[in-house]
Amino acid sequence: MTEENFTPELVVRKRRSPFVDVLLRLSKSPLAMFGLAIIFVLVFCAIFAEVISPYSPIKQDLMHMFETPSAEHWLGTDEFGRDILSRLIYGARVSLQVGFIAVGIALITGGMLGAISGYYSGWLDNTIMRVMDVLLSIPQTLLAIAIVAALGPSLMNLMIAVGISAVPTYARIVRGSVLSIRSMEFIEAARAAGSSDLRIILKHIIPNSMAPIIVQSTLGVASAILNAAGLSFIGLGIQPPNPEWGAMLSGGRQYIRDFPHMTLYPGLAIMLTILALNFLGDGLRDALDPKLKR
Amino acid sequence: MMNDKIMLDIQDLTIHYEVESGVVHAVEGLNLTLGRGESLGFVGETGAGKTTTALGIMRLIPNPPGKIKSGKIIFDGENLLDKSEAEMRKIRGEKIAMIFQDPMTSLNPVITVDKQIAEMISLHKKVSHSEALKLAGDMLELVGIRRERMHDYPHQFSGGMKQRVVIAIALACDPELLIADEPTTALDVTIQAQVLELMKELKQKFSASMILITHDLGIVADICDKVAIMYAGRVVEYADKRSLYTNPVHPYTIGLFRSVPDIDEDVDELPVIPGLMPDPVNLPSGCAFHPRCSMAEEACKTLRPEMQEAEPGHFAACPICVKKFLERSGK
Amino acid sequence: MSEAYIRVENLKKYFATKRGMLHAVDDVSFEIQKGETLGLVGESGCGKSTLGRCLIKLLDSTSGKVLLQDDKGYFDITKASPREMKELRKRVQIVFQDPYSCLNPRLSVWELIAEPLIVNNIYSNKNEMRKRIRSLMDTVGLAERLENSYPHELDGGRRQRIGIARSLALNPEFIVLDEPVSALDVCIQAQILNLLNSLQKEYKYTYVFISHNLSVVRHVSDRIAVMYLGQIVELSDYRDLFSQPLHPYTQALLSAIPLAKLEVKRERIILEGDVPSPIEPPNVCRFAGRCRYAKDICKTQAPALIEVMKGHFAACHFAKDFIKGE
Repeated sequence: MTEENFTPELVVRKRRSPFVDVLLRLSKSPLAMFGLAIIFVLVFCAIFAEVISPYSPIKQDLMHMFETPSAEHWLGTDEFGRDILSRLIYGARVSLQVGFIAVGIALITGGMLGAISGYYSGWLDNTIMRVMDVLLSIPQTLLAIAIVAALGPSLMNLMIAVGISAVPTYARIVRGSVLSIRSMEFIEAARAAGSSDLRIILKHIIPNSMAPIIVQSTLGVASAILNAAGLSFIGLGIQPPNPEWGAMLSGGRQYIRDFPHMTLYPGLAIMLTILALNFLGDGLRDALDPKLKR
Repeated sequence: MMNDKIMLDIQDLTIHYEVESGVVHAVEGLNLTLGRGESLGFVGETGAGKTTTALGIMRLIPNPPGKIKSGKIIFDGENLLDKSEAEMRKIRGEKIAMIFQDPMTSLNPVITVDKQIAEMISLHKKVSHSEALKLAGDMLELVGIRRERMHDYPHQFSGGMKQRVVIAIALACDPELLIADEPTTALDVTIQAQVLELMKELKQKFSASMILITHDLGIVADICDKVAIMYAGRVVEYADKRSLYTNPVHPYTIGLFRSVPDIDEDVDELPVIPGLMPDPVNLPSGCAFHPRCSMAEEACKTLRPEMQEAEPGHFAACPICVKKFLERSGK
Repeated sequence: MSEAYIRVENLKKYFATKRGMLHAVDDVSFEIQKGETLGLVGESGCGKSTLGRCLIKLLDSTSGKVLLQDDKGYFDITKASPREMKELRKRVQIVFQDPYSCLNPRLSVWELIAEPLIVNNIYSNKNEMRKRIRSLMDTVGLAERLENSYPHELDGGRRQRIGIARSLALNPEFIVLDEPVSALDVCIQAQILNLLNSLQKEYKYTYVFISHNLSVVRHVSDRIAVMYLGQIVELSDYRDLFSQPLHPYTQALLSAIPLAKLEVKRERIILEGDVPSPIEPPNVCRFAGRCRYAKDICKTQAPALIEVMKGHFAACHFAKDFIKGE
């Protein structure tokens, strides 16, 4: 059409796969890249813990109890003389697993339930949301305790317990954003084009309701790690002497006045993970939104 | 500018929005005068800078990103751009009032309408609370809402009624200048007719000057005396209604008139102006309309056209068309 | 008159609300001829968009029939099963009003236009699909270089062109145009109207054009139906409707159009009050409360939509009185 000759220039973009597109945009955000780098380091530590860590995480050394950071023990030792750095490195394995898998369980289950409930409204919505209300009315930790108690203590059961106890939160968030997207005209337009319900949910509703879910998930990893720590503390999660950040945090609690380094470093490790995930989450949310791209 | 008849004189007004992708030239060297008691129709498409100009007069440009870069807005002999914020607050509402486009969102949903009108009155007049409420009731009756309904909340009114309330608020302090930004765009035709009728009536009663911002040439024909056509941040044609509607000069104005389907004539294809409004971040050089203009010459690409008089009181920012017009009428 | 392409019989659409049944479309019957444009005008809340959606079963009707002509005679769309509907979607399509909200902001122009082709498995061959999308973009006047742009980068006119391309993708016969130009500026509006017009000429589409803008409707329509509170109050050839409106509501509507002309002086009929509530309306003339000609009969008996003059239907007890004398 000749029309185009008169019009102001528009961005002309090359055709790329959406995945590459998102990655490219993500790479333009320094904070997100920083977050991604930290997460890579943590995952690396978790995988190659045997190679990296200077000491065994469970070997006790009663000659060197409560040592403050020094050349031999970079981050000091704990009440049994175990090297804190090594325990942190091994602990990353458990904590990251718990954090990611528990959130994964909560996200997938909660997300599906929320999406179904928001899209189909009516009795199905009512049933699902009432069940979620019942779950929400039980304190999250108590619920997790009950689940682990029933399934028996193990790493897998711990993750399931922490995951399930977080399901209602995700279900509510997803339902809320699905409800607002569902009433948009482009959903009706997709239906007029002949799209099936499944396609509408997957292609139109979920991508447009990602933002709050990403934010919630990054925060969720943190609370999952802490939740798991709580369960470990009362003996329902990771069994001592296995290292785990939350357990280290709670273990060092009684010595916090005299030997703050015992709580400081596991605390820092958790904080760093959360911070990195938050940066990455924010970056991802923006990268997924074509409106914000340059 | 000692002329007592001129109420508002805008000289070379330039308003920019500084955003990430560059500088948005919302209003670019705009000149405009408005006489006392006159009503001016301000016509243009979305993005032409109509609302920005209005907000500029009220000094309500959101800053950042907006900024009045240069120019003067002389109102009653004083430059509004030299006023302090406190002085502006006194002028807003009392001397210059504004009616916004959407009556659904320009009223506070949790306050009854009489209180919303009374608030405006007690801000600018020294009256007791009960007197202000009584005046509010009078205002409502004036715009055709029964006094019994004064204690109702906005949601209890229909769209047309809400716009009446908004008009009542704007007129509550008897302003000298009323700026109405697309006051009837959100309303249905029959309700629009009611509101326009009301505005015509009130215009006479209050003898206020008015700037009516609209994209609808029909509404302008109905209630304005003067018309200014705006394109890409500038006024391209300015005249009294009669000469503009009978002898439009600027090619953009002519195109605008032709694009509206006629209700008395059958045409197969509507004549259109090719292309789109230019990107305000990246305005074409010279005359901003030249890329879409069928009469454009080489000079249009570089020379920014000045306003020229085609007939008494009828100005157009296109030397070529004005020349042709003069030749035609000279015969 | 030839066989109608679409026959709507006693179509009703009620919505349950807290305060009672909302009669959005209330017992509407009319016919649409093949290849014509039927304009549907009325003010907001009169049920014109709901009617448009019921015609193509984007909304399920409460009762009544929408009969669509096919090889074997007529098929009632309201009774179509989901599988039959999937086939029918290829024949009946819609263009939406708001080009800002009817496009998924996360899909590119290409993906948006490809969607109807993908979900209906039209092409197994990628190259053919590419060709088809290119030709659709060309048909509606979108430059090829825009194919990877996202809707928010484009202006309203171009977005509406995407909406049109999507609805044309499946080669429909019948398209409901729901206020396709009301969100656009006059110049862009004229461009889109011309596009719709030329498409109809080329592909012989049947249109239902829904709008509140009477001059636009007059420009595009062959016949016009005027709706008020869920009912059709007048239906006729566009010329007759404008030259001698037989329903007082149509008269008021026509007189309220602001005209960009100075010479024409019309008597403007200002309607008092607002449109009454569509919830459980009484079975009388629904316009009676605002009508300046209303008599006792109007408040007790609902007028039927009858053929007052040839091809000119009106639902008013006194429609005959408005016929201009010979």
